[in-house]
This record gives sequence, structure tokens and C-alpha cells, in this order.
Amino acid sequence: MATVVDSSDPKSNFPIQYRELNYLNCSSGWKSWFFTLDHKRIGIMYLIGVTCSFFLGGLFAVLLRTELLSPDRVLMGPDSYNQMFTLHGAIMTFLVIIPGVPAAIGNIILPVMLGAKDVAFPRMNLGSFYLWMFGAAFFLAAIVLGGLDTGWTFYTPYSVTTSTAVITALLGVFILGFSSIFTGLNFIVTIHTMRPPGMTWFKMPLFLWALYATALIQILATPVLGITGLLLIVERAFHIGIFDPALGGDPVLFQHFFWFYSHPAVYVMILPAMGVVSEVIAVHSRKHIFGYRFIAYSSIAIAMFGFLVWGHHMFVSGQSRVVAVIFSAITFSVSIPSAIKVFNWLTTMYKGSIRFTTAMCYGLAFIFIFSIGGLTGLFLATLATDVHLHDTYFVVAHFHYVMMGSSLVGLFAAVHHWWPKISGKMFSETWGRIACLGVFLGFNLTFFPQFLLGTRGMPRRYYTYLEEFQGLHIMSTCGAYLLGLSSALMAGVLIYSVYRGKKAPANPWGGASLEWQCSSPPPHNNFDHPPLAGDPYIMESVVYNEEIGGYVPVECQGDNKQSVTASGDKEA
Amino acid sequence: MKLFIPNMLANADAGFWFPPQGSTVAEHSDSVYFFILYVCTFFFVLIVSLMVLFMVKYRHRPGVEAEKTSTHNLTLELSWSVIPTLLTIVMFWVGFTGYIDMRTPPSDSYDINVIAKKWSWAFQYPNGWIESELHIPKGENVTLTMASDDVIHSLWVPAFRTKMDVVPGRYTQEWFKATRAGEYPLMCAEYCGQKHSNMISKVIVHETRGDFDKWLQQASDIHKNKTPVEAGEYFYKSRGCIQCHSLDGTPKNGPTFKGLFGSERKFADGSTGVADKNYIRQSILEPQSQVVAGFRPIMPTFKGQLTDQDITAIIAFIEAQK
Repeated sequence: MATVVDSSDPKSNFPIQYRELNYLNCSSGWKSWFFTLDHKRIGIMYLIGVTCSFFLGGLFAVLLRTELLSPDRVLMGPDSYNQMFTLHGAIMTFLVIIPGVPAAIGNIILPVMLGAKDVAFPRMNLGSFYLWMFGAAFFLAAIVLGGLDTGWTFYTPYSVTTSTAVITALLGVFILGFSSIFTGLNFIVTIHTMRPPGMTWFKMPLFLWALYATALIQILATPVLGITGLLLIVERAFHIGIFDPALGGDPVLFQHFFWFYSHPAVYVMILPAMGVVSEVIAVHSRKHIFGYRFIAYSSIAIAMFGFLVWGHHMFVSGQSRVVAVIFSAITFSVSIPSAIKVFNWLTTMYKGSIRFTTAMCYGLAFIFIFSIGGLTGLFLATLATDVHLHDTYFVVAHFHYVMMGSSLVGLFAAVHHWWPKISGKMFSETWGRIACLGVFLGFNLTFFPQFLLGTRGMPRRYYTYLEEFQGLHIMSTCGAYLLGLSSALMAGVLIYSVYRGKKAPANPWGGASLEWQCSSPPPHNNFDHPPLAGDPYIMESVVYNEEIGGYVPVECQGDNKQSVTASGDKEA
Repeated sequence: MKLFIPNMLANADAGFWFPPQGSTVAEHSDSVYFFILYVCTFFFVLIVSLMVLFMVKYRHRPGVEAEKTSTHNLTLELSWSVIPTLLTIVMFWVGFTGYIDMRTPPSDSYDINVIAKKWSWAFQYPNGWIESELHIPKGENVTLTMASDDVIHSLWVPAFRTKMDVVPGRYTQEWFKATRAGEYPLMCAEYCGQKHSNMISKVIVHETRGDFDKWLQQASDIHKNKTPVEAGEYFYKSRGCIQCHSLDGTPKNGPTFKGLFGSERKFADGSTGVADKNYIRQSILEPQSQVVAGFRPIMPTFKGQLTDQDITAIIAFIEAQK
């Protein structure tokens, strides 16, 4: 093993590029991972957990789509089908998208972006990961103990009367809620107290603004979901009438409680992805982000308005007309901050020098898909059209465009953007881009036909359907296969790079925020000296250096052109 | 199965997006839909063409660095905040007015009661007659007053562009005025369990009120027009028995009707009994009182929904299933 050098080679004035002794190999053995307090290792464990859940949820999706190839039975009966769409939804929501960007990527990147050694509460951070594991175990237990067939929404009184393992799954949701709250709390405290000298609120990278807004929602909304779950458990276990009219309860009350969390939760899913895209577009276009303050404020605006719109899930539920009208009006207010972000990203690209790296390709795919996802939300916010479209495939298509097409594509962008930092290795850009194209085409082929299915009269959560819908269903299923294969290819390309990839330089894309000043992969303590922060979007502050294949601070690019690794070895 | 493209464009009078318009509500709803669609298409095309233009024009070329431009511009920010805001206010307004019309039943309407249960619909006409398909006259306001026996269902007629949840423990209402005679699918849109996707029925729109009245007159005279076994078969199909009780010996959610009459029944509490006329009558009116061993107590009561004469017909029908 190479000896650790605390600073760069004295003969060179470049910062350390690749570090032989880093957070990944500074200690070994399972205990060094399972009891680690290092935010980066916890983030890696989250990333592995999220990836496994993604492929499990994806497997369910592929089986569902296969069943829908024909209105008759293909693989499974209606009971298995109902359980499968429930588990697909629950796993993707609670185990993949909600922890995806914040808990996995955020954990690794947030402290490094702040120039800090770790998050504010490292033990709480490890605790949140174990709660996640524990919650995931309850979900798996629910599958074994008779499955779950309520839909991920757990609507009463069906969820009170079904014979499946509702209580186990709800306990899982309850525990996962705490995991989410722990992460949120940690991020808020870290951002408030651990910013480096020079980083004022409006000098923070936009990804941190997005994580901050997300964390606010996580700690304010998640308790309501926890309590709702507990009330439902109490009702099922002790027959106390809360939501079931047969016991004297009110089923619509459950929908209010559920969506009071679950609508803001939609922004827990999308806001971090928007933060990622703000970074990716700026860095890979080599341009200062346009409209920094508007993007930052729009994150906070989305987080706040997100709490006031839950009733738009209930326009046909029998809630009063006045309430429906008020919720419709407020719902439109959420669309404006989203529009502001999209236009600012586009303007950032103006007169840039755009590199079509894999991360950028995902960023561009995000803009395309999110535009469709966001704009189709207008049809659902409008009362007169929502009455027809509610609970149809139009809604399914809309929220997949936002949750899968935007949140997960945002996650993919984040993984590729920060992969050299996380793993210290460069992946194959060619194969990465091929996977990205497959994801983009597969995604649109899967979900665009579903808009048509919805307007033409196909309700969601249907095991069988009228013959006229078969053509569109087959198109959608073909898309799902392509999407599944492309995601597997993407994972393969990244895993391959860990073993065979080139060593990554500290700053392969030319970012100006602090995480690029630290070597790839970062050492255990991230920074040897607390860095000074400036404007994170002044891309001219770094210039490309041919020899190291990455960017170096402009003041270092003097007469000395030697690059170094931490061990002092010269890179060929 | 038809090929994809012809199938997508198949129903000519329906257009690309929607099934045929069957109600006054549909005309308004579709016009709002197309208004939003045009606005969205404009913005989508704008966003994507700008994106593609920048992708091509400002792609990285060796030796060419990004050009430094202004990093903020208040006029631009305000214009892309205010213009979308104004457009969404228009969308809200047209959606709001349409919704209020859709949700306010006119005072001069024909009333039909609806009972939804797992997994069938029952439509009760003013004379008390119950049918599993919804018959209505064209050009007349019809109000459905809906109740559920078990979980939440949702009554949706895509051709009418209207939908309303049917919530247990309260009444909800839905109204429409059909504009075209014909048959349209009617379905449950709120997930309600195993056979949710089989909870599909039909709306039959009669050309005139006279046609409709004539149909109702004939249909409700079932005991005069038909033998008890035929009438029983009719109730078997129209009241949802068919969802859980088979005629071929396979057990579904309830015991099969084949060979049921006169057989020995074993109950969940351990007791036994013979399936005679009184047993069947009690099972229809108080289904939880004698649950056959091996089945779950999920059958809803039909008290008040079937007359004595109806029940007699059902018994005759079951008796005929040897």
C-alpha cells in the first residue's frame, strides 16, 4: 500500500488527484462497514440497498407489464397481480425514490460539498440506515406473510378488511418514516452549522438548497404518515372505528391524512433530482447557473406549496365542492416554480460549451421527461378534466413521468456525475450513453401510450381490460422490457468500472464546487485543510489539463505540468 | 388483435384521444382538455426546440470555451413566472366552472339509486326495479344517488367524462344528460380488490323517453313474463350472485349452486343443516347467520333489495341446478 502523503508532491503545485489510501480502503473487515460513522460509507450502503430494491421493484414491474400483454391470464391470477402492483408501488416509493437521491447520494456528497468532515450527527446517520434496513425487512416479511393487496395507498375500508399482511407493511412504513426523518434532521443541522468560511446561504450549491428544502418536508410531513399508519394498525388490530364506516369511522378521513404526507412526499422525490440537474447542467455546459436565486427560492416555494395541495388527489372522493375548488387553485401555484427552474436550466445552456457526457445526457433527458410530467399535471389540476382522468392510466403515466422519468433519471444523472468522486474510477462513457439512450427510449415507449389509454377509458389497477386497449398495452410492455434491460446495462457499466475503470482525477468534469477540490475518492476525513468556499458556479476557476485528464484550479496551471497521485507516483 | 397503428386510430368517430362524446358534460370537458393540450404543446415544443438548438449550437468544440453571459435577468425571470401564472388562472377558471356544473344535479332530473358492492352494480329505478345495467333516456337529466355496501368504488362512464366515488357510509351523487343513443361501458375506477377489473357494466341510452319507459315497463314485469327459473336466472346474473357462486361445481368466493339444493351443509361453527328453501331464503337475507365451513363471511345482505317473489324465483333457479 502506498504511503499517505498529507499534501501534494512538493515538486508539483497540483492538488492530489487520485488517492491510493481513501475512505474505501482505509480500514477493512465487515465491522469497519457495518459500524462505520463515515457518511460516505453509509451513503454507499444506502446506494447498494436502493439499487437492490430498485431491481426488485423493477422485476415486479416487468412481471406486471407481461401480465398486461393480454386481457386474459398470461402469468398470474388477479390476486397475484393485485399484490404485485401494490409491492411494486410500495417498494419503489418507500425504498427507492424517497431514499434514492437524499439518503444515498446526499449522504456521500453533502458534507464534501460543504467542505466538512462529516454530517452533524454521524451516529444518527448510521441509525437512519439501520432503520431503513429494518423497515425494508418488514416489507419483505409482508411479502412472505401473505402479501399485500391494498395498493401502496392503503385506502380504507379496503385495507381494514383485506386478509393480507397490512399491519406488517404499515410497521415497515412507520419505521422507514423515522429513517427519513433522521436523514432530514441531520441535513438541516449540517447545512445550518457546518458551512465553511465564505459559504453564505446564497453561495451554497443549488443541490444543497434542494436537499435543504427536501429535509424540511421530510421532518414536517413524515410524522403524519407515521400516525396515520398507527391509526390504521389500531383499527385493524383492535376494531376501533377510525376509518371504517362499519365501525363508525370515515374512510375519506384516511385519504386526507394519507395525502397530507404523500403529496409533500412527491416533492421529497422530485426536489433532490432538480438539485442534481441544476449542478449537472451548469457543470457540463461549463456555464455559471442562470437565475441562481430564483432556482433556490423555487425549491423552498415548492416545499411550502407542496403542503397545501393534498386535496387534489380527492376531487372525485366526495369531499365538498368548495374544498375541491380551493385545492385546485392552490395546485396551480406549484407549477410556476417548476416552470421557473426549467427555463433557468435552458438559459444556463445558452452560449455554453456543452459536453455530452453520460451525466449530461441524463440531465437533458430529465428536462424532456420532466416537461411532459409537469405539463400533464395541469390536466389533473384542472377540475373539469380531472373528473374524467382521475384513477386512469393518464394518472399512472403522469406520475411515472415525474417519479420514474424525473426522480430516477435525476438519480441516474447524480450517480454518473459523482461516480468518479464516489468510486475513484471512470466508467465507459460510450456504454453509459448507450444505456442512457435505452432508458430514455424505453421509458417514453412504456409510459407515453398510457396517456392515451387513460383518456380513452382504461382505469388503473385493472387485471383485465377491454380488447380495444391491447395494442397500446403491448407497446407499453415492450418499452418496459427495453427500460429494464437498459437499467441493468447501466448498473453493469458502473460495476465494471469499479474493477476495470481508469483512475479518476479529482475534477473530471470541471465543477467549481468544493467536492471537486477533494481527491477522488476522498480520504476518510474528506479534506486535509478546511477549504475556502467561493461562488460554486465560476467555471473559469478551473482549467482542463491534458496530462491528468481532468480540471485543475487555474492558479495551479503554471509552468509545472506534472500530475501526482497521493503516493507521489507520476501518472503516465 | 389488431396491429398497433390501425388500432390506435381505429374508432373513427372517437378521435385520437377520447371515446365518443356521450353527454353534455363531455363537450365541455373535452374543450377544456384541448385548450390545455394546445398550451402544453406550445410550451413543450418551445422547451425542447430551445434545448435541441442549444445542444447543437453550443456543443463542445475543441478550443472553443463557454462564453461568459449574464447570470441573471429579472425581466426574463418575471416573464416566465407571470405568463404561465396568467395561463394557469385561465385553466383554473374554465375547469372550475365546468366542475361546478358537473357536480350540481339539476332539480328536474330522473332519479336512479345505485348500490355498489364487490363486484357488481345494482341500479334501482323509481318503481323499485333493480337492474345490473344502467338504462337511461337520451336528452334527459339523470341523477344517480349512490351508496356502497362494502369498500369504496367509483362509477365512471368514459363516454360521459364523469366519475364519482361511491363511498360506504354516505351518499354521493353524479348526474349527466346523454346526447347520443347507444351502449357505453360503465366501470369501477377505484381499486376494490380481487375482481375490481371485472366490475364493468353498460349504460344503455334509449333514443326517447318513450322507449325507455317501455323498456322499464317490460323489464319490471319479470314475474309475469317469465317462469320462476328464468326469473331466478335473471336475478342470479343481474344482482351479482354470479360473481361468487358458480354453476359448474367449482367453488369461488362462495359455494357453487350445482347440486346445492337439498344437500347437507356443514357450517363454520361446526353445526350442520339441510339446504332447503328456508335455508336459502335466510342465506340471502342474513348471510352471516350460517356461513358454510371453508368460506369467508363476505356475502352482503340482500334485505330490501329482493322481494319475496324474487327470492322464490332464485330458489327455483338454484333447485334447477342439479
